[in-house]
Amino acid sequence: MARLLSLRRRRSALPYLLLAPGLLWLGVFYLVPALNQVYVSLQDGTLEQGYLFDWNWSSYGDALADYREQFGRSIGYAATATAIAFVISFPLAYFIAFKAGRLKSLMLFLIILPFFTSYLVRTIAWQTILADDSTVVGAAKTLGLLDGDGRLLATRTAVIAGITYNFLPFMALPLYVSLEKIDRRLIEAATDLYASRGVAFRRVTLPLALPGIFAGSLLTFIPAVGDFINAQLLGSSRQYMIGNVIQSRFLVVQDYPVAAALSFLLMAALLVAVLLYARALGARNLTESAV
Amino acid sequence: MSARLWATARERLIALWAALALLYLFLSIFVVVLFSFNDNQGRFNLTWEGFTLKHWQDPFGVEGLGEALRNSLAIAALSTLVALALGTLMALALVRHRFRGRAGADLFVFLPLATPEVVLGAALLALFLTMNVDTGFHTILIAHVMFNVSYVVVTIKARLEGMDTHLEEAAMDLGASGWTTFRKVTLPVILPGVTAAGLLAFALSFDDFVITNFNAGQTMTFPLFIWGAARQGVPPQVNVLATLLLFGVLALMALNVVAQRRRARAVA
Repeated sequence: MARLLSLRRRRSALPYLLLAPGLLWLGVFYLVPALNQVYVSLQDGTLEQGYLFDWNWSSYGDALADYREQFGRSIGYAATATAIAFVISFPLAYFIAFKAGRLKSLMLFLIILPFFTSYLVRTIAWQTILADDSTVVGAAKTLGLLDGDGRLLATRTAVIAGITYNFLPFMALPLYVSLEKIDRRLIEAATDLYASRGVAFRRVTLPLALPGIFAGSLLTFIPAVGDFINAQLLGSSRQYMIGNVIQSRFLVVQDYPVAAALSFLLMAALLVAVLLYARALGARNLTESAV
Repeated sequence: MSARLWATARERLIALWAALALLYLFLSIFVVVLFSFNDNQGRFNLTWEGFTLKHWQDPFGVEGLGEALRNSLAIAALSTLVALALGTLMALALVRHRFRGRAGADLFVFLPLATPEVVLGAALLALFLTMNVDTGFHTILIAHVMFNVSYVVVTIKARLEGMDTHLEEAAMDLGASGWTTFRKVTLPVILPGVTAAGLLAFALSFDDFVITNFNAGQTMTFPLFIWGAARQGVPPQVNVLATLLLFGVLALMALNVVAQRRRARAVA
């Protein structure tokens, strides 16, 4: 017993040693940059004369005043894409978890297969699929979904479709994981107690799938809200999102204070949302369903 | 009878929906592969103009493409190795040990996954600018290790949580040292998780555009090459290389399945 106790005490420094290198890396290259953004955002000056720290809060005022539209659009597009991704993925995840049988691992593999083809190349392929003379646009016109001179490329529809497509696996996988975990006997018990299949689904399956729904929504919404590739490749400047603004303010205009202010606002808003989610759900659920 | 019919119809509908969802995921991959055979006339490779094998015969026939691919492969391999080393240790600490600050560390590791890429890239570049660090190959590597560490920890943690700790206790009781126990018991058990995490990290690093775009300096990677080419038309050779990589992964997966079947049969 004494030996065991001393062993435990000797080991007590071990977890910190194991964590130290990784935490150090994340501290220096994630936490410090995140905080440094605040420092940069409060600088004042011009690119030619250089930027100096000056408690210049006006970057935040400028950022919000000039780019409210893009902020709103990002949230709108990301929320729409998340909702559509949910509608597409839920039956897919349900089928894989409950009905696929021997096809299960093959179908799961097919969901992650897009990750092995370059994101940019796939998004550029959507330019071909949605081009003005493409089959898809032709079919939409025949069905009356699109006017005779209507187009899909460079519209809101194309950007949202692209975002939905690109982040669909992030919705489908957590949904599958949570559905797969459900004890089938609970559903059987509900039907044995004379619940109809619809009621059993609404009162048993759906509530038990909630952690997956929350995790999937978050994992889709977060990259979607910051995305600028779809708006750039499938949209026009009328569809630009906050990511496009941050990218061009930073890399093209090199207006660092405003770019840092925008980026910090986006990060802070999302982190607050995530922490509220984590509190409501328990952080364990959140990080676990993420895999 | 009609309830039964309705149930069958509903099952069919779900199956059809699942098939359509997978088709949606595959449509663009199909276009990518198809257009590696396109005999495009101008600079753009966006409309079908006839079948050719000429791009496949000369996949590196575009200036800078080979170098970009080499850089991407090198960065992916190096960042995966470093992230695996850092992340495996962290996952072991977080799952196997109870200590003060564990919940906080857990959440902290998760935060980079909850931050949009554009923010991660911009914030890191702002730091490099503040510190007067030149950007290039090394800063891309730093950035990729940063986001890969979190993915590695989350993936390995999921595997470790299902593992029986009695195995390790048994090894220790039988007189094995901590290091021997780790080498002979822990490592073999977590190896599938580590492999999965490594594959994920490699794929994420190889395909990363947003964070790389901020921190690349003059260094060219495969995604940066594609982005740069997108405005004047992406050469079909890019489709050829993307297709080759996809088929490479498919072949590896198939080999893995065959090996697993053989092992299962050997055990039986």
